[in-house]
Amino acid sequence: MMGLTDAFTLVCVVAGALLFLAGTVGLLRFPDTLSRLHALSKADNLGLGLIVLGLLPQQASPMGGVKLVCIWLLAQLSAATASQLIAGIAARRKPQA
Amino acid sequence: MPESLTLTALFVLLASAAGLAIVLRSAIAIEKLMAVQLLGTGGAATLLLLGAATAQPALADVALLLVLLSAFSCAAFTLGESEPPQAATKPDEPA
Amino acid sequence: MSLVFDIALVAGLIALALHVVVTRDGRGAILAFIAFGLLLGIGWARLASVDVALTETAIGGGLTGMLLLRAHAHLAREIAPEAMVRAEPRRWLAPAIACGLVTLALGAIVLAFPRPAPSLAHQAIASLETTGLGNPVTAVLLAYRAIDTLLEKIVLILALVGVWSLSRDAAWGGASQLRPAIIPEPLVFLARVLPPFGVLIAVYQVWVGADLPGGTFQAGTILAAMALLVMLAGLRPAPPTQARALRLMLAGGPALFVLVGFLGVAVAQGFLSYPEAIAKPLIVGIEAALTLSIAGTLALLVAGPPDRAPAP
Repeated sequence: MMGLTDAFTLVCVVAGALLFLAGTVGLLRFPDTLSRLHALSKADNLGLGLIVLGLLPQQASPMGGVKLVCIWLLAQLSAATASQLIAGIAARRKPQA
Repeated sequence: MPESLTLTALFVLLASAAGLAIVLRSAIAIEKLMAVQLLGTGGAATLLLLGAATAQPALADVALLLVLLSAFSCAAFTLGESEPPQAATKPDEPA
Repeated sequence: MSLVFDIALVAGLIALALHVVVTRDGRGAILAFIAFGLLLGIGWARLASVDVALTETAIGGGLTGMLLLRAHAHLAREIAPEAMVRAEPRRWLAPAIACGLVTLALGAIVLAFPRPAPSLAHQAIASLETTGLGNPVTAVLLAYRAIDTLLEKIVLILALVGVWSLSRDAAWGGASQLRPAIIPEPLVFLARVLPPFGVLIAVYQVWVGADLPGGTFQAGTILAAMALLVMLAGLRPAPPTQARALRLMLAGGPALFVLVGFLGVAVAQGFLSYPEAIAKPLIVGIEAALTLSIAGTLALLVAGPPDRAPAP
């Protein structure tokens, strides 16, 4: 008999994993660099967020949960900025894309 | 529960590895930089899942470092980026 | 299920390593190598060596990549692209055979390991409480085998002296130039936003390293990365290498270590032994000083030899 929290964890975590897959599919299918970057960063950050959300009830201590949320927030900040950086270089590099 | 978390970690790892193969084989140089970002987020997710599956909370620290250092490596890539030969670059790229 | 995960991870590592070796494009290979460092961090985490995982992620996924990217940018400036094209087979054949033999020998050695492997882990954990620490790795590094750690830190400083000695006479004592030709705005933003988090994580790593995975080298590497980021974005220039404060910081960690070591001769059982009552405060103090030294040394190693003349 699975508890309610475990079911919550599974649903969130599996949804997050599917978003990672969506990011990969986007890399494969999207036509140009900027949209591939979009697929990668959006899907991965949302995926990480859902996985963090799902793992929250599994944490032994509240501080562990706070740390997970902090990791996600840092990922939001740094990955979004890194995407801007990549997009800027891509746009500067080649106007043909 | 640990079993299904490990399974999910495997799934995320495989999805990231497939993405890695795609971007590293790309002909466009800048897309290879996405490999670093891909492993930053995907690796962090894998580690968090593994940490929960094996009850090793310290793995969250490794995930934290993955996120931090992948952004750093993306920044380091600007080394060696030179001004394009033609001065026709528009400064108003989408921000 | 974890066996399937491990096999997938190892297959990914080997494929990525082969890609790094085979790929023709230099920067592409460096990026793949950074990715390899990040993936290898997951591998070490799977082996339950979280301390090594932290170090590998910070060094392999961070500083080494920047070092290589900087070297590549330098080479690309000096050497015409035509001179960097592929070599003919007889020039790579001998190195390839040599590398293959080394790999085979290493594989044979790993397979020939005695089973169960000889281990000092039980002794290390049994004497843990005399050090006041909770993390056996830190106990090995700073108490049981402190002399190795001390010599390692001195080697790092020697390496830095070696790098500095590559500078031209006019630039001796000056600062190195790290700024790229273009500084995109997101880079400046990143260099403003990321370092506070990096410093926080580094302090956390030193603090938690006494009882849990973490420690000075990881923290020093993170601090070095953050300092490099600030220099890269041009927010602060690289410090002149003749600055007294900088040299004090570089030498401070090993110097304190040696000082405490000789104090051990006077008040404890010998060189580098700590009085049991204050072992933990001593170790944490040494760790803090070492972290700053490592951070400065690694950052300046990556920044390279000074190439601007010092201000008079």
